Amino acid sequence: MNVFKADDPLLQVHNVPRYYGDRIGCTDVSFDLWPGEVLAIVGESGSGKTTLLNCLSTRLAPTAGAIEYRMRDGSMRNLYQLSEAARRLLMRTDWGFVHQNAADGLRMNVSAGANVGERLMAVGDRHYGKIRETADDWLGRVEIASDRIDDDPRSFSGGMRQRLQIARNLVTHPRLVFMDEPTGGLDVSVQARLLDLLRRLVADLGLSVVIVTHDLAVARLLSHRIMVMRHGRVIEAGLTDQVLDDPREPYSQLLVSSILQV
Amino acid sequence: MNATAQIFDQGEYNFAYLDEQTKRMIRRAILKGIAIPGYQVPFASREMPMPYGWGTGGVQVTASILGKDDCLKMIDQGSDDTTNAVSLRGFFEKTANVRTTYETSEATVIQTRHRIPEKELREDQVLVFQVPIPEPLRFLEPRETETRKMHALEDYGLMHVKLYEDIAKNGHIATTYAYPVMVNDRYVMDPSPTPKFDNPKIDEMAALQLYGAGREKRIYAIPPYTKVKSLDFEDYPFEVQKFDKPCGLCGAEHVYLDEVILDDKGGRMFVCSDSDYCEERRAAGHVGPMAANPAAQQIGGHGTNAEEASR
Ligand SMILES: [Zn+2]
Repeated sequence: MNVFKADDPLLQVHNVPRYYGDRIGCTDVSFDLWPGEVLAIVGESGSGKTTLLNCLSTRLAPTAGAIEYRMRDGSMRNLYQLSEAARRLLMRTDWGFVHQNAADGLRMNVSAGANVGERLMAVGDRHYGKIRETADDWLGRVEIASDRIDDDPRSFSGGMRQRLQIARNLVTHPRLVFMDEPTGGLDVSVQARLLDLLRRLVADLGLSVVIVTHDLAVARLLSHRIMVMRHGRVIEAGLTDQVLDDPREPYSQLLVSSILQV
Repeated sequence: MNATAQIFDQGEYNFAYLDEQTKRMIRRAILKGIAIPGYQVPFASREMPMPYGWGTGGVQVTASILGKDDCLKMIDQGSDDTTNAVSLRGFFEKTANVRTTYETSEATVIQTRHRIPEKELREDQVLVFQVPIPEPLRFLEPRETETRKMHALEDYGLMHVKLYEDIAKNGHIATTYAYPVMVNDRYVMDPSPTPKFDNPKIDEMAALQLYGAGREKRIYAIPPYTKVKSLDFEDYPFEVQKFDKPCGLCGAEHVYLDEVILDDKGGRMFVCSDSDYCEERRAAGHVGPMAANPAAQQIGGHGTNAEEASR
């Protein structure tokens, strides 16, 4: 499963903690993410996985430490030392963020086409015909029929909304996509189809992904590497198959066995 | 000295209603607005003796810039004699005792709700707009914190999302009023309820433009000779409304026309929305295709009233 394309890490996390007053959100987190790599952060609710995801995606400033990202020009930059404008541009172009609740990542009152086209317009595309053509192409890639391009997502099913959210994120060819429980709250059959689609897109586009999930089946299907979190700390990390087939930590063993019982 | 002047002299009203401290505060907001063209400056909007929606923002701006020697013109829907225009003009006649006029060229301050006069404005004139909703991004982004950030970071993709939706739904950009503009290559601004027909007049205008939103407590400005571009797409360029007929009364072309019903048999006519412009043309001998129609003559008849009122 070697899809890594470059020798340099895309993202480097050095000793990142995030405290809420005295309470620990997450602490002592360090890791590298490589181009084309899918990293799953797993744990129960309250394990700190969502706090960490928000820190990584510049949605929540860490209390200390450093998070560095390799810009398109190859330079390594501390995310929290970038100007807000530069960060925003990064989030709109080189990154994606797929929310569990599609409504948090979509504009529910504008058409599917405009939802996909927004990022293009944000970076200066000013040709309606081309924007629409690109949006149409992306709707196709996420298996949404062309004739839905002018419908707004309120009329879409949960699975369709999620696929639309993915298209909206991928239209600018980001290199890094954050996903927060992307299949959560969907029916099992809908989940399976979405996971298939995600796996294909991630491989086709060579995306780097940080995905937060409590569902180890999702982690197994999508990720190359896994980090198990508990009480705000990473307690075990390694290749996905290794961790899931042969967990070392008692807590990881518990997690794995509980999924196997399902 | 007439009755209203006496009231003023007796000190029942401060000049132009607002107290001097409030005017200073509003002038500071105006100056900041001029310094940052298109930027919405917050100001502490005061209660005015008229309901919101009656132009309280414009009234406060006008009250703050008006001097004793000014001559004020008040327009609503292009006309000087609608209820709104009449009562606001009356307000300033009473509280500031300034001269008022219907004639665009005679006015030094023009307050308007919708239209920009057809006659080209000059450097010694100020155009004050009454604005209901100053935030052009509000339509798609209800959060004020977010829209402020978008302005600060020049993050304006959303404006084109709105135009995209227009084309997707209507086949063309159907926005005809409050058509968004980019001011001085920096701030996206809402020219408010002004028809897009008037957008080209905003660009490089010789007169100072001041925009006041009372309920939303915002003032913004476009200094003279500022570049103002209407947003559009390369393949759907900005266009103004076109009228295929000239004004029925004065024959003017390339002006903004209102449709007027002439009778209950479906008779109708298009006439200049700018009534002062139309009257001036007719006085100069221009005749439109409907000018001889008796019903049309009645419509145009308010010209004589207007002249009387301006004396
Ligand atoms: Zn006319």
